[in-house]
Amino acid sequence: MPAVTADDRHAARVRLALLGLAALLVVAFLLSVGIGAVRIAPLEVLSILAERLGLGPLVAHEPMEAAVVLSIRLPRACLAVLVGAALAVAGAAMQGLFRNPLADPGLIGISTGAALSAALVIVLGGALPLALTGLLRDALLPLAAFVGGLAVTWLVYRIASRDGRTEVATMLLAGIAINAVAGAGIGLLIFASDDQALRDLNFWLLGSLGGVTWDRLLIAAPFMLAPALAALWLARPLNALLFGETEALHLGFEVERVKRLVVVLSALAVGASVALTGVIGFVGLVVPHLVRLTLGPDHRALLPAALMLGATLLLLADLLARNLVLPAELPIGILTSCVGGPFFLWLLLRRRGLGLW
Amino acid sequence: MLLEARALRFARRDRSILDGVSLAVEAGELLVVIGPNGAGKSTLLHLLSGALAPADGEVAFDGQPLGTWPRAALARRRAVLPQSSELSFPFRAVEVVLMGRSAHAGTSSQAHDREVVRQALEAVDAQHLAERVYPTLSGGERQRVQLARVLAQIWPHGGEARLLLLDEPTNNLDLSHQHQLLRFARRLADREVGVLAVLHDPNLAALYADRLAVLAEGHILSEGPVAEVLTEETVGRAFGLDVAVRPHPLSGTPQLFTI
Repeated sequence: MPAVTADDRHAARVRLALLGLAALLVVAFLLSVGIGAVRIAPLEVLSILAERLGLGPLVAHEPMEAAVVLSIRLPRACLAVLVGAALAVAGAAMQGLFRNPLADPGLIGISTGAALSAALVIVLGGALPLALTGLLRDALLPLAAFVGGLAVTWLVYRIASRDGRTEVATMLLAGIAINAVAGAGIGLLIFASDDQALRDLNFWLLGSLGGVTWDRLLIAAPFMLAPALAALWLARPLNALLFGETEALHLGFEVERVKRLVVVLSALAVGASVALTGVIGFVGLVVPHLVRLTLGPDHRALLPAALMLGATLLLLADLLARNLVLPAELPIGILTSCVGGPFFLWLLLRRRGLGLW
Repeated sequence: MLLEARALRFARRDRSILDGVSLAVEAGELLVVIGPNGAGKSTLLHLLSGALAPADGEVAFDGQPLGTWPRAALARRRAVLPQSSELSFPFRAVEVVLMGRSAHAGTSSQAHDREVVRQALEAVDAQHLAERVYPTLSGGERQRVQLARVLAQIWPHGGEARLLLLDEPTNNLDLSHQHQLLRFARRLADREVGVLAVLHDPNLAALYADRLAVLAEGHILSEGPVAEVLTEETVGRAFGLDVAVRPHPLSGTPQLFTI
């Protein structure tokens, strides 16, 4: 029975790819924690982690190295993992919802919408008499970014969908419009802000994983991790949605509920990411594509693979951002856009060649 | 009665599209709805499938209003074949057919699902397409894969009556594929599946249907056995066309000839 053996081969390949991606993620994580202005060998990194977990040191390492790893590199690497995973899964889920592989949270304005409302909190929060400080601001930021992201996701979906169909051109044009309006809003805030707020705002536009602390990370982590993991459960209905909303309905799925879930989960994940790191473009676009090229469009493989590959790629991108122009640091958003922009163009040309549009 | 629609009314922007439409389909019969463009055929199918809700009237499946059916339970006994699928992601044909088993998750084993998929592909003579990538298939091949999908969806289990709705399934198909598809619908009806199809072509409908319903300007103009419905007067009124009706030289079924 040829069909079944081919299925088995396919399933085996998916398992192997997922295992490979998990291994890659671990390697990237150890490299990311070890490489920087102070170089620490992977074995020493493991040793520091083991000691911190109470297992005792594996090899000799200096207290300074432990301090660098535990209070600087480790929270930053964890942030890269969370943001990369959240952006990639949100991108994959949104591409399923829109039935279009170009639906990236940054491209259709969700990241900028989230950044705008986060920027509002920074600038206005600083100007208010009861100035928002410390943990309150840290908690309010992801919330504001989430609301901004949710509003834009909902808006784009309503604009682009009619009679259960999503028009690609409308979706991308809506994204352009929203990016422009939100960009203008951020520009206005830059114009109106003092030096400190200006530095903060610049950070939203270019994206950076720098300056994260355990406190801020722990507040935002559930907002990124929970929706990214929850989205994995939507694999089957997302597969069905690729056939069209009416089809998915007739296949027996509660389509409206699934759509609402995808919108809310994506907005949460993207909003929380943007709140901590600013706008990091193209991760949500490029990662699902790389996975589809090798594993096919099935969300049961696509979502977990995108989660791991997104985390890995952002770890590596941050590694480059930190080390390319030592002692300075490149904003990571510049790096991802440098790679993502040309990739996007290549994608457009390739699709035109296939005549799929 | 497997599917029963009573006094359906539907309007869009104050323009009435359907008014007072009643229909019924029993298990084991093939009912074909014909009518000119803009008569409301597609809207009627959307109402019958529950994708749209009527402004007035009610649709019941197996005696129970559509709205009260849990989606998955309904999907296990009723499938809808769309005009064409907009799927542009590179799923393999076998994965498309397996999608038809979605509503059976939890009530059917993976091995059983695979076996059903294999038999469904075999039933529509499409085993050789199993590993092909769906967007690269021709129109006729895609329609066959979709047919295997709906077949896998309502694959018999426990002897409950099943229903298949076909929305202009012969669009984009050449002559031989059109007949192939309707022969298949006929075979399903002979195996106790209730089948309702919306078609453009009265002659094609007459060859395979048990009953015809003529829809014109949002009303059922005539409904009943083929020979009673397919008359020069009814078709002339529905389509605004002068026709002669003559028996088919081999089967004796009434066929239309334009004058």
